[in-house]
Amino acid sequence: MAENGIGAAVPRTEDHRFLTGTGDYTDDTNLPHQTYAAFVRSTHPHATFTLDTSAAAAAPGVVAVLTGADFAADGKGSLICGWAVTGKDGEPHKAPPHPVLAADTVRHVGDAMAIVVAESARAARDAAEQVEVDYSPLPAVASMREALADGAPQIHAEAPGNLCYDWEIGDRAATDEAFARAHHVTRLDLVNNRLIPNAMEPRAAIGDYNPASGNYTLRLTSQNPHVHRLVLAAFVQIAPEHKLHVIAPDVGGGFGSKIFIYQEETAVLWAAGRIGRPVKWTADRSESFVADAHGRDHESHVELALDADGRFLGLRVSTLANMGAYLSTFASCVPSYLYGTLMQGQYTTGAIYCEVKAVFTNTTPVDALRGAGRPEATYVVERIVDRAAHETGIDPAELRRRNFIPSDAFPYPTQVALEYDSGNYALALDRALELADYAGFDARRAEAGARGKLRGIGLSAYIEACGIAPSQVVGSLGAGVGLWESGGIRFNPTGNVLVYTGSHSHGQGHETTFAQLVSDYLGVPFENVEVVHGDTEKTPFGMGTYGSRSLAVGGSALVKAMDKVIAKGRKIAAFSLEASEEDVEFSGGDFTVAGTDKRMNIAEVAFSAYVPHNYPLDELEPGLEETGFYDPANFTFPAGTHVCEVEVDPETGVTEIVNWVAVDDFGNVINPMIVEGQVHGGVAHGIGQALLEGCTYDAGGQLLTGSFMDYTMPRADDLPDMTVDTTCTPCPHNPLGVKGCGEAGAIAAPAAVMNAVTHALGTSAIDMPATPQAVWRALGSQSQARA
Amino acid sequence: MYAFNYHRPETLEAASAALAAAADGQVLAGGQTLIPTLKQRLANPSDVIDLGGIAGLGGVRREGDAIVVGAMTRHAEVASSAEVRNAIPALAALADCIGDPQVRNAGTIGGSIANADPAADYPAAVVGLGATVRTGRRTIAGDDFFTGLFETALEEGEIVLSVSFPVPRRAAYAKFPNPASRYAVVGVMVAETASGVRVAVTGAGGHAFRVGAMESALGASFTPEAIRDVAVSPDGLNEDIHASAEYRAHLVGVMARRAVAAAAGG
Repeated sequence: MAENGIGAAVPRTEDHRFLTGTGDYTDDTNLPHQTYAAFVRSTHPHATFTLDTSAAAAAPGVVAVLTGADFAADGKGSLICGWAVTGKDGEPHKAPPHPVLAADTVRHVGDAMAIVVAESARAARDAAEQVEVDYSPLPAVASMREALADGAPQIHAEAPGNLCYDWEIGDRAATDEAFARAHHVTRLDLVNNRLIPNAMEPRAAIGDYNPASGNYTLRLTSQNPHVHRLVLAAFVQIAPEHKLHVIAPDVGGGFGSKIFIYQEETAVLWAAGRIGRPVKWTADRSESFVADAHGRDHESHVELALDADGRFLGLRVSTLANMGAYLSTFASCVPSYLYGTLMQGQYTTGAIYCEVKAVFTNTTPVDALRGAGRPEATYVVERIVDRAAHETGIDPAELRRRNFIPSDAFPYPTQVALEYDSGNYALALDRALELADYAGFDARRAEAGARGKLRGIGLSAYIEACGIAPSQVVGSLGAGVGLWESGGIRFNPTGNVLVYTGSHSHGQGHETTFAQLVSDYLGVPFENVEVVHGDTEKTPFGMGTYGSRSLAVGGSALVKAMDKVIAKGRKIAAFSLEASEEDVEFSGGDFTVAGTDKRMNIAEVAFSAYVPHNYPLDELEPGLEETGFYDPANFTFPAGTHVCEVEVDPETGVTEIVNWVAVDDFGNVINPMIVEGQVHGGVAHGIGQALLEGCTYDAGGQLLTGSFMDYTMPRADDLPDMTVDTTCTPCPHNPLGVKGCGEAGAIAAPAAVMNAVTHALGTSAIDMPATPQAVWRALGSQSQARA
Repeated sequence: MYAFNYHRPETLEAASAALAAAADGQVLAGGQTLIPTLKQRLANPSDVIDLGGIAGLGGVRREGDAIVVGAMTRHAEVASSAEVRNAIPALAALADCIGDPQVRNAGTIGGSIANADPAADYPAAVVGLGATVRTGRRTIAGDDFFTGLFETALEEGEIVLSVSFPVPRRAAYAKFPNPASRYAVVGVMVAETASGVRVAVTGAGGHAFRVGAMESALGASFTPEAIRDVAVSPDGLNEDIHASAEYRAHLVGVMARRAVAAAAGG
């Protein structure tokens, strides 16, 4: 292994600037003649309204006060949902208009009604408070069950009964038949709690318009700047694509929340064109709580049918999924194609049926959040499997092992539309049990009991579909976009390399990982490789970063580009070394001629390519720069087993995680240190969901957890030391054999924690987040039930 | 944040004068509540009078059988003070569990008690240790200082100068933190003092309060078992999404027993 090559734990090159405060975030940029925006937001969850902007417009320093009426008068469009899910009835989902600025009706607290542009941020905010809003409140509904009930307040005329879609996957009849012959049926009602993403850097944007060229520039916190450009051009119609330059510089965390095309960034860009000056907006944390798309928020009824030997005959899942007040950019596919398709888990379950009702409520829109559908699916599968183990008296590890898809069964077609490509689930389980000393648990439980603590152990044998995604597959399922990725390799004359990727790094460490890949593959020193991303005028069109896709799809695109570079380099070397192209070999950065000592380093080839004094120009083009586009043949399927061990204090209800083991199969690994860090972060996210984070609305739609005083983010002292290990079955269909690691922890962890907590408590009657009060109540109801 | 006039007087007299002259003056000590409140535009004072420029308001000293903590003393100073750790380790431990390191290095005892957040930690010490609050005008018994939610016995313009804590025979503070804010859902200070046992609870009610039944039981036997059956009524206790009144009442018992066990050296 090369010192900085594939497989080396290279320290992240980007960390120095992040840790020394020298990153280049959107808010760090200030443009000449810049103005500042503040938004007038609804304090009502549901109301019609009228605005009087006259006082605000006359306030000191105000440049413009623009409303939904102004936006409509400019002939601009609405925000869109880019994935049309087809329901049981064959009809597409209901996607009511999502105005950039609400014109007459607000549908959730925080819905933007006007943008105030002023000479300073304070003047903008002062003036925003002077916009007089005359609300006529409408009945509001925050709960999905109430929204679906007869006589519920109607949020959109286009969505009768507040139903966005009623979707299904799997074989209902075959599943019914499986349940009919079951020896045992386990049933469970589960809540997958709503989360607020809370990236460290709040969303921010600077819109700019150049009247000389007619060109727009948008700097913003984006995980996918080309997708932002595409939607803002083609659908919202702020400016055509070739007149719109989108830059996503350093971005401080996304977790999905910066994929989406929101009201604020759109309004800022439009306002810049209206006033002819740059307009800047940086969300404060209070705005982030109400205006960043939330995640999860499911209620499910789950049933598992087992035969007398504990084999899974059938799985039946019925889920309500909260969409919030509007359909966000990718909201519709999250609780359908990224959820129902994962119900096979790691098991040979013979028949599966999953139905999902997506529901509008008067709450902030819900969309993809780290894992997006797959954490919810894993939670369903791994909770019901664990429950079944306890009901049947079969050890939870043994029950899983008995039902695993065997390692020689791949490719494995699932009951829910996917084809698993590779895996060895028993290997990861056995390794995890060994590292967690599963066999020694009973002794540890007894010892904890002597100290008055309730000890529990929980497993989560998760699987995810990532490396998103084959365009042909997602296109057939309603996606409005392809999900390939681009990569470009530019050799400079002096032999160093610029790497252009359509992926976007907002914490993942691409500048290091991709440089390792290119350095290793092309035999170029690591320090001679620079990774460029996040700028639509620098990189080829790319689809961005989410769904653990950057390496599996973006890295593979770079491989395609590098193969083209090597092919061209071989031509140049053959010409320069006076050999036939077929005899030129490439290895370790050198082109050599078989059977001779002739040799030319790729840096020399690059120099020659830019100084083509004697090239046969009809056969050989100058230059050494290539672009590759990679569309994956399948999803990738990272999988593994996480083990969580907890101790519960029955007096207070406090749960302490006392041990964590993660054994993940990510295929080949480029940088094991970055992978371990991604697992740590993902597990922290999942522990946060399981024990701490619970976005709560009151019945009327007011957000009760609107700040860190009430919304509990995981802190260092909430988290355990973790043992992180990997197994490896290389992905067979991408050139790197990689699967992706960014979401695994968040997918695996919630079920592991809750299986441990319910094991400790001896009851499954507790939902996430298992806060001390929730645990105390569960223990209390249990002792009452016993009494 | 709305605009306001900022003052940084160098004497108490000047501070009082600035406060008296202001249309709607607000004293700034450590700012750990006031600054976030201003930033969220939840307060709009005409004038902010920063006490940080006045010499002599900070520091810890021993005066006879008491530890006197100056109003501008940071929580971190109390937590690390050898004088406090030696004489009233429970007070140092309490200060050490307020907020986070940033809060402890900026927030002050005077600011905390004058703000009288029902979930703050210091009120448990002021009441539980039978402290005396000295202001520019008078002294106020700890038992009389907290009068309601964010309300104290302080009069308009009255500024806290110091808090005097009599050294107890033994004492301990047990806290159940709010998982999000790390304020006290329930915090209980138990102290055995020259004048008897005191049990003071913060976080559970509108302001810190004593639990007489526990004090009597502990006066008879200073053990956790002595109060195991002393129930605290949930009536009138605080309720929020983190803790119902019933849960808080339960936690008062648990924290009190843990404090007794710690104070008794168990």
